[in-house]
Parts: sequence; structure tokens; C-alpha cells
Amino acid sequence: MTLLSPEREAPGHLPADVKIRLRGVNKVFESRRGPFLALDQISLDIPTGCFFMIVGPSGCGKTTLLRILAGLETHTSGTIEISPPPPGRPSNSMIFQGDSLFPWMNVYDNAAYGLAMRRMPKAEIKERVGHYLNRTGLSRFTDLYPHQLSGGMRQRVSIARAFANDPDILLMDEPFSALDEQNKVLLQEELLRIWEETRKTVLFITHSVDEAVTLGDRIMVMTAHPGREKATLEVPFERPRQVLELRARPEYGEFVFNIWSYLREEVQRARAQDEGSAS
Amino acid sequence: MTDVLRKPTTRAFAGASFKISRTAVDRIMSIVSPLALLLIWEIAARLGWIDVRFFPAPSKIFATMMQLIENGQLWTHLKASMYRLFWGFIFGGAPALVLGICMGLNRTLRSVMEPIVAATYPVPKSAILPLILLIFGLGEASKIVMVAIGLFFPILINTMAGVLEIPKIHFDVARNFGASRVQTFLKVALPGAMPLIMTGVKLGVGLGLVLIALAEMVGARSGLGYMMWNAWEILSVETMYVGLIVISALGILFTLILNEIERFLVPWKPAR
Repeated sequence: MTLLSPEREAPGHLPADVKIRLRGVNKVFESRRGPFLALDQISLDIPTGCFFMIVGPSGCGKTTLLRILAGLETHTSGTIEISPPPPGRPSNSMIFQGDSLFPWMNVYDNAAYGLAMRRMPKAEIKERVGHYLNRTGLSRFTDLYPHQLSGGMRQRVSIARAFANDPDILLMDEPFSALDEQNKVLLQEELLRIWEETRKTVLFITHSVDEAVTLGDRIMVMTAHPGREKATLEVPFERPRQVLELRARPEYGEFVFNIWSYLREEVQRARAQDEGSAS
Repeated sequence: MTDVLRKPTTRAFAGASFKISRTAVDRIMSIVSPLALLLIWEIAARLGWIDVRFFPAPSKIFATMMQLIENGQLWTHLKASMYRLFWGFIFGGAPALVLGICMGLNRTLRSVMEPIVAATYPVPKSAILPLILLIFGLGEASKIVMVAIGLFFPILINTMAGVLEIPKIHFDVARNFGASRVQTFLKVALPGAMPLIMTGVKLGVGLGLVLIALAEMVGARSGLGYMMWNAWEILSVETMYVGLIVISALGILFTLILNEIERFLVPWKPAR
């Protein structure tokens, strides 16, 4: 059991069907104006194989939470338990927001990055990367450099990079937020299709309610700063899903409205905070 | 439909062909202008408008150059200078590259080294030549060290700046995907800093040419700098000019070669 705890508490026993367990996780940033509470007592269980969504207003600390789980940031207090990955596989891989591809590597080398870092045999890298480049429709563009690709294609490469790395958990930090609406729907469809093959545990951060309902099994709504759990809801739609078909259903609209009823107040609060700090 | 498609294509093509003729004109101009200057110089020298003791006619300089090529002297001196420049480049450039990347990656190392670099960089390299001669003697070592010191600073400073300019997200990716320190050095920091490293190398090689000529004037029996110094002693002004021409030709040649190397090492930089 991997235990990420600043207090180094003895690990509790994680049930087999729970992949990630957080108990009372806090994150305090030291800023010039004094300590800044980014995450306040976050407790949650992410079941194995669950597509878990976190929705919250901007600045609520959801990206901080993801970065803590990715090992890019440390938490201040509380316990985080992540069930260990099967031998030879990484615990998690992240799909970043914005341009995270290496400009000096072509599409293939970017997608193969995680495997190359693990010194996997070349032939095996080729097979795995080839599979995911094929699934993301990039097979013809393996020799191109990121600056020669559109935003949608670049984000496809980072999806292929994360999936090819075959991690136990996928962490996604608003991967589609920079894309236009049409590309966003296409990539959501593709992501669902690829995810269906393996059904890995996913933690996906977004500020879009539509995206959360379209993709997720379970949605946690976070409050405005400091980030706290507002509500957690099960998404009642069966899989596999077709994005546009799903969105045309009346229950979809009702469910989105339901999420919004939790979120509206928080978005307004976040806005008031922004205006307060601006004046 | 085809009509609509064809029209803008023709127009774009017309625009492009206009541009090509403009660049052709520019290129012809850039060849003609130095030739014209040489021609004026030649005429002025022959008509006695300028003092040929200081400004010999280009034709005479050219004849001297041919003579130096034929008797093998130019080749000997060129070879000696290139040998020193090459080893100076290796001994100065390699440590500068490694230290520059480490300083870019490691905040502690950077805060330790930065004041030392800031204090030593502005010291005129010509001013430490006597000290270098004292320590390394009159042999090859002193010349190589001189070039190495000159190359070291521009490459070090540019390499560090290059690493610091790499967006933080690339280091996050490296960490999340389990890259080791060595892998981060080789696959993220080095290629990411490469555009600025190349700038540093270009600046460094230029400075290296300056310093090699200088060092050879004082303590050497061979090299282009020695050739020019010796020409002053025997009052062969034409030979001095030959030295100047060869050194500037080397400058052009190195720039062309380094531009090609840059295109090979940095294929991912969109052309501007």
C-alpha cells in the first residue's frame, strides 16, 4: 500500500474495490499575505474502475488535489491511500491541461515517452504506442512535431501518451478546456471509446457540468475557495455512451440542472471572492 | 466551385512570384555591394588616392594570398589555429554545457555559482593572457586554455538561460512519467535548451576566433595570429590583410556550418 502522509500514519486497510482513499486532506499554501487554505478536509473514496469527476468553480483547488495525487505537490495534513499498482506498471499518469507535449519530440516519441522512461523494449513500445496512436487517429502523423498539429490533435497525443503508459489510475486535469466545442465533443467520444477497452480508474477534473455528466460515473461538486466537498452524486446513465445521443435525452437535462443547483451558489461565491480581491 | 477555388490560388501564386523576384534582387545587391567596394578600393590604390603602404590594392593582397597558399605557409598557420580552436572548444564548451544545464536545473547550485560567474565573466580575457602564459607556458596549452575560457562563458550563460526558459509543465510531465535525473537532463533540459545553447556556441566561436588570434600574437611560433604579427615585424602589409581575410572567412564558414547543425539539432523550431 502506498501511503502519502506527512504524518506518516500507519496505513489503514484499503478494501479491494477502493483505489484511492482520502481522509481529511488539507492543503495550505504559504503566500505573502499569509497562509492560504486551498483544500479543506477533503475525504473521498474512488472505487476501482470508476470514472470519477470533480466539478468546481475556478480557483477551488481541484487542480491542486489532482497534482497532490500525481505526486507533483504535497498535502499539508490528512491521509491519502492509493492501492499499489500491479508489478511493473506505474501508479498513475496525468493528462495535463494545455500544452504539455515536448516540442522537441515528434508525435511518436511524445506518445512513447512514459514507456521510454521505463526502458521498455523497443518492439513492445512500438506495439503499444502504435495501438493508441491508431485509436486516436494519429497513425499518419507520427513524424510531425507538436507545432505542426492543431490543438485537438495535440491533446489526442497526450491522451495516447497517458494510455500507452498503461497506468493503474488516469488523472486528467481539464484536458479539453482549451478546445473548441466541436473538437471537445469528438475527443470526449474518443476518450470514452478508448476508456471502454480497459475501464481504468479515472479521476477527471473539470469546470464543465456537461463534461462531468457526459463522461462520469460519479461526480463530486466542490465549493468555492477553500475547496470542500459540496455533494457527491451517482450519474444514472448506462454505458457505453454516445455523447450527442445522451445529451438529447430529457433525463440528461434534468440531471445537469440538478448538478447546477449545487454548483450555482459556489460559482457566485467564487465570483464574489474574485471581485472582492480585485477591489 | 472550381472557379472560386482557383481564383485565390492564382492570386497567391502571383504574390509569391513577386516575392521571389524581390529576394533575388536583394541577393544580387548583397553580392554586388562588397564587390563594388573592392573595385573602388582597387582604383583608388592604383590612382594613388590612398596610401598603398597601409591599404595595398586588393589585387596585390590576392597575389600574396596565392603565394602563401602555394608555399604552404597559410595552410600551416591555419591548421595550427584550427587545432587550438578545436581543443579549446572541447575543453571550454563541454564543461560549460554540463554546468549550465545543472545550474538551470538546480536552484542551490545556481545561487552558489551565479555570483562567481558574474564576477569572473566581465574580466577582459586579453588581460589574463599574461597569467595564462605564466601558468601554462608558451606551448599549445596556453592557447587552448585561452580559447576555452572565451568559449566557456557565453555557452554557460546561454545554456542556463535556455533551461530556465523551458516551461515548468515539461518538468511536471517528466516527474509524473517517472523520468530519472539523468533522463530529465538528457530528454528534457538538453533538447529544451538547445536553441539557446546554439546561440551561445555561435557567440562563443566568434569570441574564440578573436582570442586565438590575440594569443598567437604574443606567445606562438605558428597560427594566423602569429602570421599577422610576424608580417608586422617584416612589414609585409599584404600578409596582414591575408590574415584578416582568412579570419573573417572562417567566421562566415563557422556561421554557415553552425546554422546547418542548428537546423539538424532543433528541427522542432518553426521557421520564422
